[in-house]
Amino acid sequence: MKVKVLCRNPDDYVRETTRDIQRVPRNYDPTLHPFEVPREYTRALNATKMERLFAKPFVASLGGHRDGVSCLAKHAKSLSTVLSGACDGEVKVWNLSRRECLRTIPAHEGFVRAICSRFCGTSFFTVGDDKTVKQWRMEAPGYRVREEPLNTILGKAVYTGIDHHQSEGTFATCGQTVDIWDEQRTSPIRSFSWGVDSFSCVRYNPVETELLASCASDRSIVLYDMRESTPLKKVIMKLRSNTLCWNPMEAYNFTCSNEDYNLYTYDMRYLETPVTVHMDHVSAVLDVDYSPTGKEFVSASFDRTIRIFPKDKGHSREVYHTKRMQHVICVRWSADNKYVLSGSDEMNIRVWKANASEKLGVLTSREKAAVQYNQKLKAKFKNHPKVRRIAHHRHLPRDIFKQKRELRDMKEARRRKEQNVHKHSKPGSVPIVTEKEKHVVTVVE
Amino acid sequence: SRLILRSYLKPPKRYWEVNAGEENGEAENTDVSPNQDNISKEQPDKIRDERRQKKKRSHGSFISGKKDPFPGEAPIPNEQLKKFQRGEKFQVSVTARQKVKETILRSEAASDLALKQAARYDLLLPEESGFLEGDDDEDTCTILQEDIADAVDITSGAKYFNLHLTQFGPYRLDYSRTGRHLLLGGKRGHVSCIEWQTKNLTCEINVMETIHDVKWLHSEAMFAVAQKQWLYIYDSKGIELHCIKKFNNVLRMQFLPYHFLLATASATGFLQYLDVSVGKEVSAIGTKLGRLDVMAQNPHNAIVHLGHPNGTVSLWSPNQREPLVKMLCHRGGVRSLTVDRSGTYMVTSGLDRKLKVYDIRAFKALHSYFLPAGASCLSLSQRGLLSAATGDVVQVYRDVWGGGSMSKPYMAHRVRGAVWGVDYCPFEDVLGIGHEAGFTSMIVPGAGEPNFDALDMNPYRSTKQRQEWEVKALLDKVQPELIGLDPGLLSKVDQATFEQKHKERVEALGYDPLATEKFKPRLKKRGRSSAGAVERRKKKVAHEDQKALRPPMYD
Repeated sequence: MKVKVLCRNPDDYVRETTRDIQRVPRNYDPTLHPFEVPREYTRALNATKMERLFAKPFVASLGGHRDGVSCLAKHAKSLSTVLSGACDGEVKVWNLSRRECLRTIPAHEGFVRAICSRFCGTSFFTVGDDKTVKQWRMEAPGYRVREEPLNTILGKAVYTGIDHHQSEGTFATCGQTVDIWDEQRTSPIRSFSWGVDSFSCVRYNPVETELLASCASDRSIVLYDMRESTPLKKVIMKLRSNTLCWNPMEAYNFTCSNEDYNLYTYDMRYLETPVTVHMDHVSAVLDVDYSPTGKEFVSASFDRTIRIFPKDKGHSREVYHTKRMQHVICVRWSADNKYVLSGSDEMNIRVWKANASEKLGVLTSREKAAVQYNQKLKAKFKNHPKVRRIAHHRHLPRDIFKQKRELRDMKEARRRKEQNVHKHSKPGSVPIVTEKEKHVVTVVE
Repeated sequence: SRLILRSYLKPPKRYWEVNAGEENGEAENTDVSPNQDNISKEQPDKIRDERRQKKKRSHGSFISGKKDPFPGEAPIPNEQLKKFQRGEKFQVSVTARQKVKETILRSEAASDLALKQAARYDLLLPEESGFLEGDDDEDTCTILQEDIADAVDITSGAKYFNLHLTQFGPYRLDYSRTGRHLLLGGKRGHVSCIEWQTKNLTCEINVMETIHDVKWLHSEAMFAVAQKQWLYIYDSKGIELHCIKKFNNVLRMQFLPYHFLLATASATGFLQYLDVSVGKEVSAIGTKLGRLDVMAQNPHNAIVHLGHPNGTVSLWSPNQREPLVKMLCHRGGVRSLTVDRSGTYMVTSGLDRKLKVYDIRAFKALHSYFLPAGASCLSLSQRGLLSAATGDVVQVYRDVWGGGSMSKPYMAHRVRGAVWGVDYCPFEDVLGIGHEAGFTSMIVPGAGEPNFDALDMNPYRSTKQRQEWEVKALLDKVQPELIGLDPGLLSKVDQATFEQKHKERVEALGYDPLATEKFKPRLKKRGRSSAGAVERRKKKVAHEDQKALRPPMYD
């Protein structure tokens, strides 16, 4: 007879010394691993719960300003430097890794309306309520040398915004008109106006560097091409936009923050309807900034919260709030995609994590693998009700929660009325206006 | 946009090709007309794939000039791929949006890669299963255990041994999930756990009461004993940890390892589930089907099978008060039943001396065999060998679902008393038999799974490994609400709920947000807008829509 009985040599399965790692022979036969789907579902549920458990987004608060922070700007080359301007005319340069203020510049008399740093990172521009544009050096002056601006331009009216070109030595300011300046000249090389007497914000397109957009007080957003002599076109909305930001990855998309508690993402080629309407704030949205990946953006609102939205979704994925943070005036997403900076009118700049449950610092390869596995599990089961409920849940301060509920009831009431009107009128006489079409009044070429 | 696609079609123009290329380029531009959108979108993929293949070929050619006689990937046999296949490939409808198609194709490619890697990994498995072949004139069923023990090496030969325990009644047995530890429970109260390979005695106690059943819990640290009145839980040292009075008159127990549930069947007809990690009773079901004497679990979906004296087998889950399925299996009472580990086949034996094989997924009877003396205990090994015990003879059958004649068993062995329990040792070629005169361990070559997965069950695990495994298993513990006939139900798309929700949404909104607008042909000049031309244009679009709705002919 021929016989073979299963007999394992322990030397092949047990480690030789205690200094070795354990041997782990694998067999991927599915019959040895039953309940794949329920176990994965349980792991996804655990991963979602742990993500909420480790969601501690607040990193640091930078204090030192003596009046509300009105504007923030990133350094073009350095990740750890940030510039901020306050409502008493002071500009402070901060080092984020040491969380301290490097230097303070008494820049303007009155509000500092906007700051922008030059693309080379050696200087930055500020505009203020004293109708001046000043250019400053990025490095501190020597010992016992007074802080003097590199260049000062005196204007006739208050300037409210400034933005610098990506690669050339030109910058644009907005106030009563949108002006394009050359750094060497003291008068603008071009001036755009379209029957509006005040603009609140101007931004250069980071990809198509000749294009600009600005928010005007007649509830419109105007698009310009630097090479032309007249503005391109404008879209007029129901309420005024406060600021706008171009998507750094998609050349034609920009998002504007509006007074009617929403943000609108437009494609500049088709301004008739916004691409997406982002609704979640309960008060006017004051500032918006895109992440360097172009996939998400952060918005600051008068309702004392900042929200992070995915670029194509209508609702926020994250909301940050603190008892101490009052109306958030400006917000920036750091260039390494990890942090969000918010400046509020109680004189503090707060640093938050963009991913609330992310572990900072160097991760080991096993940690990275575990993080990636958990992310994939959460993505796979994200539509299951229990997982969805935990993943979506965010704590809100009581008044914001109540205000949200009230706004929802109001919206529901309006919708019901529209539906009833549509149902009880002659078919075709009352057209259905979709949510996106509701907010745009007209597009003017 | 088409600008990006065009860059795939042509390599970038060089400065010396400006004049020559201009004429060619224009000719190409006019070729790609706007009507051939689908083709122009497919072409860049084809060209991209061709370029990739060209790259591969250039890698395959060697400096010596020799050519690879087996170019491309090594082929994988189809059965191997089928073994690891989970579910079918998803048919992407042509009307789906581009992004959806891309996402699905990408995830399908990842699944394919995982499937191929898993199928290829089988070459690396270290062990091979055992076998027993008789000589030309010899029947394997006549080969004695002593002969086998003499023929194989000492370690394997030591796997055949007898424990003469005549005092304390017929013995029930249970092997732990790693196959290292053996738990013996005699009817008159003797409980002992031994590491059967080293013959180390872990504990030995006498509970001074009738014992109906013994079962290991999730590891070799704790076991449950169903005594005369109540359920007791003991430590591996024999210390009584719990006496659970809620579980009374328990006759049979089954442990569901991935749910940490101990399912007990009582003499009063109650099926109760105990969560051993939390210590709570999850569910108590009054089955109203009399004394529950015959119990088995389906390891694939954690469903409990109960056999009844009227010949029916009922399937239970803790979420429902009624049985999920009731099958009429035998014309007499059901004596024993067992389910294979892939959850496909159920083997039952009844008082009508029949042994029946069912496909438990389709609930169809496959085969029916006649045994001269019906089988009182059944057990299926990891590799599909069936052991049937009648009286004091244990017979092992091979290839039970093949449908061949079962006249000759694969192996047979006579023990010294009436057989009371049979159980295969996982990952070993050993069958344990509990009988009136004690315990016998029988060598059955080819019974055990040769290659274990150390992350699931590792017989060679150290204490630290066992502790880590226990924590991970507890974190992955599946909730009892997910026990059902189809364990993969959570991964399926709930089409019915989607359609209902869509209907409600259409009613609420007044229009269908997913419906495409009816095609309104544009007004064209120069006589192209005559009624006949408009109709033809409409028909073309309708024909294309119809083509899109039909399923594709190719895979």
